[in-house]
Amino acid sequence: MAEINLVEAVNLALAHELARDEAVVLLGEDIGANGGVFRATAGLQQRFGAGRVVDTPLAETAIVGTAIGMAAMGLKPVAEIQFSGFLYPAIDHLVNHAARLRNRTRGRLACPLVVRTPCGGGIHAPEHHSESPEAMLAHTPGLRVVMPSSPARAYGLLLAAIRDPDPVMFLEPTRMYRLFRQEVVDDGEALPLDVCFTLRGGTDLTLVSWGAMLHETQAAADALAAEGISAEVIDVATLKPLDLPTILESVARTGRCVIVHEAARTAGLGAEIAASLAEEGLYSLLAPVQRVTGYDTVMPLSRLEYQYLPSVERIVAAARKTLEAS
Amino acid sequence: MSTVARFQIDHVRFLDPHGEALGPLPDFAHDPARLIPMYRAMYLTRSFDAKAIALQRTGKLGTFASALGQEAIGVGVASAMLPEDALFPSYREHAAQLVRGVRIEESLRYWGGDERGSDFADARHDFPNCVPIGTQVCHAAGAAYAFRLRSEARAAVCFLGDGGSSKGDFYEGLNFAAVWKAPLLVVLSNNQWAISVPRSAQSATATMAQKAIAAGVEGVQVDGNDLVAVHHVAREALAKARAGGGPTLIEAVTYRLGDHTTADDASRYRDPAVVQEQWSFEPLTRLRNHLVKLGAWGPEKEEALARECADTVNAAVEAYLSTPPPTTAAMFDHLFATLPAALAAQRDEALRFAPRTAGGQPGGDHG
Ligand SMILES: Cc1ncc(C[n+]2csc(CCOP(=O)(O)OP(=O)(O)O)c2C)c(N)n1
Ligand SMILES: [Mg+2]
Repeated sequence: MAEINLVEAVNLALAHELARDEAVVLLGEDIGANGGVFRATAGLQQRFGAGRVVDTPLAETAIVGTAIGMAAMGLKPVAEIQFSGFLYPAIDHLVNHAARLRNRTRGRLACPLVVRTPCGGGIHAPEHHSESPEAMLAHTPGLRVVMPSSPARAYGLLLAAIRDPDPVMFLEPTRMYRLFRQEVVDDGEALPLDVCFTLRGGTDLTLVSWGAMLHETQAAADALAAEGISAEVIDVATLKPLDLPTILESVARTGRCVIVHEAARTAGLGAEIAASLAEEGLYSLLAPVQRVTGYDTVMPLSRLEYQYLPSVERIVAAARKTLEAS
Repeated sequence: MSTVARFQIDHVRFLDPHGEALGPLPDFAHDPARLIPMYRAMYLTRSFDAKAIALQRTGKLGTFASALGQEAIGVGVASAMLPEDALFPSYREHAAQLVRGVRIEESLRYWGGDERGSDFADARHDFPNCVPIGTQVCHAAGAAYAFRLRSEARAAVCFLGDGGSSKGDFYEGLNFAAVWKAPLLVVLSNNQWAISVPRSAQSATATMAQKAIAAGVEGVQVDGNDLVAVHHVAREALAKARAGGGPTLIEAVTYRLGDHTTADDASRYRDPAVVQEQWSFEPLTRLRNHLVKLGAWGPEKEEALARECADTVNAAVEAYLSTPPPTTAAMFDHLFATLPAALAAQRDEALRFAPRTAGGQPGGDHG
């Protein structure tokens, strides 16, 4: 079995579902002959036809809006938004329609829609190409928000997202697309949504992160291990709804928690997790919860992007702070 | 049944692809003193493009979007603008920006990943490059409203592509400007491609210019590779706008001779033979032939211009490469008029943890 990278895993999952379920259709800009600007849909139009892999005109509002109509009428659309910085014109449809159709009709109509979109910085991309909008989306009742952090989880979670009966925002960290390869078996086995994945066990503190930041988070755990500190690392994976029990159980054992995310700090998902720990895990905490996040600044252009992105050094410093507290 | 409205779309072209006049020319087209600066600007744009791509290939610039083949549009339109007008460009209109006084080193800074590239030393009222497609049409319509409200004889000029015509912002901005009779010129550079999506898959309409009709705006199609035609229709549209006649949409028909950006490989989706054919319509040769016919141009002038443009571009590259790196603090210091107290601690943290490679490297290629 060949080792593949994250973007190839996305391609593999899309191909698997297109072959398995004829209701699945892909739509988006440049996803056909061009195979997507990141090659996520390479070869799929040739294989499944222009009727099921649709190059749309340039309009994100209509990509998501038409996908909602398709979804309600029995198709299973997987829309691609070329970069998450161009998702914003579609927010109206996501918030007012995709997220509410089931509830508004008391279950008569539903919206089994997936919106895939690359997110995050660190690849020296142009302006507006490095956004992290997950908290905005997670704040919308009725949307699921998923972010894979490895080829295997991208494959399994995307299968699950496509098979899910409700709308799923599937955010793909561009920095992870080609960062490493992993063996992925194309067996059609979905991974569960709505659960965290514990990437490594630890006893001294819990590091909670998702997406590309797990790269730095794991490196920080390595650095701490070299000092004899044992960090547990949790990949949240489904950001909404949040699997709080897994995080609480971990923190109950370690007593310390550092949350790491690339998105801006204020009203980020780190705040949600920290608040939940305060509500339900306060008595097991031995130190104040720490957040290591992007700053509350506009995502800078490429020259400064690594000043913005949380570094291993910042994560280690936050971890030390929790260890020094008691 | 009765017909309640009738429309037509005119196509404007003065010079054929060889530079032969197809009929009577507008006055300026007989005047080398008017034409040569525009030829120079087109030549400079092309020189800059070639250099920018070379810089990107050698890791000294980020992703870059070339204007190759489309130089006549930006130059023809911007040369019809007054300094006090305002430009709302897409990311592919450095031809217009150079005419407006944006410096090549500024453009390089932008594409090199440095916000200071959008802090133009001149052209202080012009908007920066617009990447979220089509949104600039609304901003330009709003600017035009401001000019009209204050009875200023200024116009707002915005550029977008054929792909951009599919965005709601394009229709919405045009519609507002028409209702307001605002002094707006929208230039749609129809280069036949939106990355890999061909014009035929973008819109079922016969022309892009007719999209103006639904908004009650005058729409005209022009040969975008004919500098004379572009400049002529832009002058008329701007004169009309300043006189209170409302907005115009110009569809400038052209062809994207290069890849979408340095991150793109167009051979994946279009036939290089077709691109080769399109080279016979490119705008520089056409205007040069016309200048030669006027007796105003020859090989020595061409060589001198080539040298001058190379020197200008090289000096700009020098200025770009010797720009001190951006500071970590810069991402905080321009966020608000004054930094809110709540952000001060974050600023301190950023300075404390700033990597030693502060300012990063300008290379890379995505998007
Ligand atoms: C709203 C939005 N969606 C998608 C993109 C990604 N993108 C950048 S350029 C481009 C194609 C634009 O084509 P067109 O409007 O014809 O302009 P051209 O690049 O040909 O000048 C796309 C899809 C974007 N920048 N903004
Ligand atoms: Mg185009």
